[in-house]
Amino acid sequence: MTPFVAPSLPTLSEVSAVFCLLLILLVPFAGAGLALINSGLGRARSAAHAMLAALCVTAVAALVYAIAGFAWQGAGGRPDHALVVAGKAWGWIAAEPFFLRGLRLDLSPAALVVLLQMFSVGLAGLIPLSSGADRWRLGAICASTALLAGWTYPLFAHWAWGGGWLAQLGANCGLGRGFVDGGGSSTIQVVGGVTALSITWILGPRRGKFSAEGLPAAVPGHNVVLVLLGCGFAWMGWTALNSAGAMLFLGVEPGRVVLIAVNTTLCAAASGLTAAVVTRVRFGRPDASLSANGWIAGLVASSAAAAFLKPAAAMIVGGVAGILVVSVADFLEFQLAVDDPGGAVSVHAVGGLWGVLAVALLADAGPGGQWLAQLVGIATLLGFVLPLTYGLNWLLDRLYRQRVEREGELQGMDLFELGAGAYPEFDIHGDEFLQR
Amino acid sequence: MKLAGLLLLVAGWAIVVAAVALLPSAGARAGFVLAGVAVELFGLALAIRAHLILQAEGE
Repeated sequence: MTPFVAPSLPTLSEVSAVFCLLLILLVPFAGAGLALINSGLGRARSAAHAMLAALCVTAVAALVYAIAGFAWQGAGGRPDHALVVAGKAWGWIAAEPFFLRGLRLDLSPAALVVLLQMFSVGLAGLIPLSSGADRWRLGAICASTALLAGWTYPLFAHWAWGGGWLAQLGANCGLGRGFVDGGGSSTIQVVGGVTALSITWILGPRRGKFSAEGLPAAVPGHNVVLVLLGCGFAWMGWTALNSAGAMLFLGVEPGRVVLIAVNTTLCAAASGLTAAVVTRVRFGRPDASLSANGWIAGLVASSAAAAFLKPAAAMIVGGVAGILVVSVADFLEFQLAVDDPGGAVSVHAVGGLWGVLAVALLADAGPGGQWLAQLVGIATLLGFVLPLTYGLNWLLDRLYRQRVEREGELQGMDLFELGAGAYPEFDIHGDEFLQR
Repeated sequence: MKLAGLLLLVAGWAIVVAAVALLPSAGARAGFVLAGVAVELFGLALAIRAHLILQAEGE
């Protein structure tokens, strides 16, 4: 292992840096949107718990990332540990001090990266919340988020965004521009999505979700209005995230932000409408929850390639994401018995993987070999990040049980863990519609 | 069986990383990366199958 300096971040003029900062300050709207969607797709008796959990996740993620996460992730042009294999240096982990020491928090690109990442890691932490809805204890949520923000996320983000070995695939092996992901289809969305899959596996399904024959019951979200409002917030936050990420990690000039915003919007629009049409054809009526999930899947898929797509290609990326999200949600529930109330796995993991692949298939990202660089990134997400996040959460579950007690599920997370419900003046329905 | 599936995922990734780091020829590199991804997909299928069996036993 040799000390090494990762390839540099782009230099930004003062005007560009201020513009980038303003974009970054809009990113928390994406988190607010996801929090509203998670709460709306869950049960009424766990709504306050879902919102408090979102706040706790955002707080834990920001704290842990500032304490330790950035030390592992680093940023381009800053100290790094590299392994030298066959005469080439491959960066694998950053060599920054803890607590953001030694970093000037001004308008420098590295400081902007820290700010963007503090928000992004919170966004990644919010994704598994929807898959563990109605049965995931608040303490376990915070501990799991600490593992994500302190280790899993920074490690992969270093490889893709911090000048690590995935980013070096272009320079070291001639694979296009190296692994390309401007807005975080992989680093944020797939990392959050595979963590969501691990959480559903570890927690198991909600009580009454599957009959003795294995048939799933429909457990409708309690407030579709919150879900659709969340889609609006997420749209704004995602546009800012894709734009700021492309400026900092791909070095695109500020003028290209218009193209990124257009592509992000077209992708979400095509995906949301496709999901509405697919559900209309399959069920006779468009499904609001799945259409909202389609909208978010379009945003997720847009993140990697928005800076390089032509508008028509962005529509294709979105259309495919819309089809995928409905099909995969059904497949997970009916064939694989995965109880994922908010559809985090289909929206964020599958949508994100499709976005990463779309860079190779549809984007004009640079010289040849790009498809192989993107495939290596996908292989890393499946072959390294999924086992790592599953293993860490499995260990956590052995030390501190993640699933709430039976009584908590029957009573609802609000009353059981918080002692008060989100809607004290309304009757909250029980489980009368579930299979016994 | 679930552990075997997860280990296969890691093994597939190791093939991919080794191909990228060690093989100089573009064709061989691409072939081994595809083989590594295939091993990963097999591991994922095994892990899913094991999870389904465990869940059914639990019920």
